[in-house]
Amino acid sequence: MQSIILSSATRLLVGLILVFSVYLLWRGHHLPGGGFAAALVAATGFALFALAEGQEAVRRGLRADPRRITAAGLIVALTAGLLPLFSHRPFLTGLWGTLGPSLSLGTPLLFDVGVFLVVLGTVLTLLLALEES
Amino acid sequence: MASVNSLHSHSTGKAGWLPALLPLVIFVIAATRVPANAAGEHLHWTLPWVPSLGVGLGITVDGLSLLFVLIVSLVGAAVFLFAGAYLGDHPQRLRFYGLLTAFMVSMLGLVLVDNLLALFVFWELTTLTSYLLIGFEHHLEGARFNARQALLTTGAGGLVMLAGILMLAEMGGSSDISHLVTQADRLRRHPLYLPTLACLFAGALTKSAQFPFHFWLPNAMSAPTPISAFLHSATMVKAGIYLLARLHPVLGGTPAWMATLVVLGAMTTLWGALLAVSQRDLKRMLAYTTVMALGVMTMFLGGRTTPTLTAAMTFLMVHALYKSALFLVVGTIDHQAGSRDLHQLGGLGRVMPLTGLAATGAALSMAGFPLFFGFIGKEIMYQGALAEDLFPDFATGVALVANALMTAVAGIIVMCVFAGGLRFPGERPREAGWAMWLGPLLLGALGVFFGICPDWVGRHLIEPAVVAFHPQADEIHLKLFHGFNLPLLLSVVTLTLGVVGYFGRRPLARIIAAVEKGLPVSADGAYARLLDLTATLAEKHTRIVQNGSLQRYLTVIFVAVALASGWPMMKAGLGFGPLMAGFDAPTTVEALLGLIILAALTVVVAAGSRLLAVCALGVVGAGSAMIFLWHGAPDVALTQLLVETLTVIIVALVLLRLPPLPRPLSSPRRRVFNAVLSLAVGLVLAGWLTAVTAGDLDRGVTAYYEAYSAVKAHGRNIVNVILVDFRSFDTLGEIIVVAVAGLAGYGLIRRRT
Repeated sequence: MQSIILSSATRLLVGLILVFSVYLLWRGHHLPGGGFAAALVAATGFALFALAEGQEAVRRGLRADPRRITAAGLIVALTAGLLPLFSHRPFLTGLWGTLGPSLSLGTPLLFDVGVFLVVLGTVLTLLLALEES
Repeated sequence: MASVNSLHSHSTGKAGWLPALLPLVIFVIAATRVPANAAGEHLHWTLPWVPSLGVGLGITVDGLSLLFVLIVSLVGAAVFLFAGAYLGDHPQRLRFYGLLTAFMVSMLGLVLVDNLLALFVFWELTTLTSYLLIGFEHHLEGARFNARQALLTTGAGGLVMLAGILMLAEMGGSSDISHLVTQADRLRRHPLYLPTLACLFAGALTKSAQFPFHFWLPNAMSAPTPISAFLHSATMVKAGIYLLARLHPVLGGTPAWMATLVVLGAMTTLWGALLAVSQRDLKRMLAYTTVMALGVMTMFLGGRTTPTLTAAMTFLMVHALYKSALFLVVGTIDHQAGSRDLHQLGGLGRVMPLTGLAATGAALSMAGFPLFFGFIGKEIMYQGALAEDLFPDFATGVALVANALMTAVAGIIVMCVFAGGLRFPGERPREAGWAMWLGPLLLGALGVFFGICPDWVGRHLIEPAVVAFHPQADEIHLKLFHGFNLPLLLSVVTLTLGVVGYFGRRPLARIIAAVEKGLPVSADGAYARLLDLTATLAEKHTRIVQNGSLQRYLTVIFVAVALASGWPMMKAGLGFGPLMAGFDAPTTVEALLGLIILAALTVVVAAGSRLLAVCALGVVGAGSAMIFLWHGAPDVALTQLLVETLTVIIVALVLLRLPPLPRPLSSPRRRVFNAVLSLAVGLVLAGWLTAVTAGDLDRGVTAYYEAYSAVKAHGRNIVNVILVDFRSFDTLGEIIVVAVAGLAGYGLIRRRT
């Protein structure tokens, strides 16, 4: 499916889509969004890129095998769950710290990043494998 | 026999004695407990294990446990020492030691724990390690087959036993044996007594290879000899005996208990003894005598008088000593002379004097000659059989035949293999290294020592063991000479019959072989047929259930949904009248969205190509997302919209590769059926949704989330806070499922290409 129009538009759009995806992930704790939705947005971006440029280009751009992204996501989510154990709290307790007057960061965000990576990795694994076959 | 030959190695000098240290240390520690234990001082301590189930890891060291610990560790030390020389430089000897140690620890755990559920765990661990050890040479088809047979037989028995344990725990109020003993009278009168007993017997009798489950044991002997000597003669197969003894004060002594154990034990005894005499392979011969010995112990545990139970424990010890020694001797012969075939061997005593000495000592004990421990065992066995409650004459007869045939087997091993003219298949055999003969020699010598001072053994080992499960025991006396009485007369008869059996072994073997061939069913054959049947059934079942037609899968799922949720709805009288009453008139926007969805649906149903249908389905999804959005659920709408988009992309990718739709797609009847089914599912689900939302929802949980989301979880988006904080454990499980499903899908896609 080689098309100059699609290909040029994709280059612009994919960047925007990915930025939007990170934005959704970041704001998810307070406003609609979150890791799952963000991952789906990102996956849509990569799917568009794959349609325009082929799955090889996506693989080159990702640099990592999507299955590794899934695995990394599981590790990140588990880490977020295990961290509270070090301060003698139950598994997956949210730990929070504040940065400046209004920004609070905590392990639930890390957990959400894990969710993001798992969903993104899984969708890409299937998408690229389908595209390849 | 190839199985063992491949293990042969000629460098026997390597020090393999190091792994023997662990069992030796355990043995020494256990031995220091013997005097205190005989004085009635038992150790007991408890560790919490699964407090929520009331399972504590109570450790009890009483006479019975201590006897088993001593046997396991002593035979273990001899076997580890032997294995070092036997395996030589075998590349996988570390795996061997690891598994053997794991087995020994499981076996020790089995005999030490007080809780039946903990016992079950160790029980299954011995089954698993036994499986891995029988299949140690897994490159051989036969080893794999035999390992699987042992695993399936004892594993199935173990699972049935678990059911029995659970019933017993439910009936008695605890799974601690020490508690159950106090409930014994109530348990024996309980209506579930018989089913419980049957389940527990299934575990014990499969593990101890009792008729009709005896077939796995001789096959399991294809394992390397140290394993046969340790697991399949001295220790693991006695786990069933141990359990029967342990449960004796809880469930024993009833007619059902006595009749089952005496009859099955006697059948096992006779069949094992007869088959033993007819074997050519020395190892299989010992295997069948082991089956026979286990039968004898089971038969005696069926009794309830002190002499009978004493006979069971005495014979347990006698057998453990001589049988492990004989197995190791056969392993040595195999290793040095390259064969276990009775017809190829002879006169080995001249070239292997120490091994011959060990074999003779053990065999004389097995034959029950005076001054050997086996003699004491035999005397007490006749006393026990005569004191049997149910069928004393029958038990005595069985014991007589079994002992006579054992004498014959002992004769065959010593006379045919070690005496007479020197015969060997390959190069001239030499005496084995010290590590190989030391163990059997010591075990044999112990048989002599115990035979000379039976009084000491009786007071320090046998009596405490019997008292542990038979507290009413009166004085137990093991004596060298009991005077001229019926047991002595029976001993003389036994020896005479044994000699007759030895000289008549060839015709006897022919008769037994003919009988065996003439039997309409064999346990081995029944096992094979059952296995085949299972495989055939599984295949047929898979063909029906997993036939690959997506249409059929979906039909099954939707019919199930329609019936399972439609039926209770009809019964509850949730008609569609009150259902429609809950609706307000739709607003303009809602009506517009509804119309769009309906139009898209029409396209889906009428579409001539898959791509069009999928895109139209996407419109349906997007329309529902809009409705969510309209009603103030932006998160759900967002996710729904994204999922719809991605689904269309992914499905489109797949569809591009499919051939065009066939025309017509399906028969008119099928189409009508599909339409009815779709409508039914839609109506049922819509009905349930309105029925559920029509009532007052409990807003307690929602209120909690609303109140604490921002305060405790630092987030104002409740949906997201629920996902990543309040209920993050669920999410963790879900993303693991996502990852695994993704990998599975990836595997399927890659397989097709």
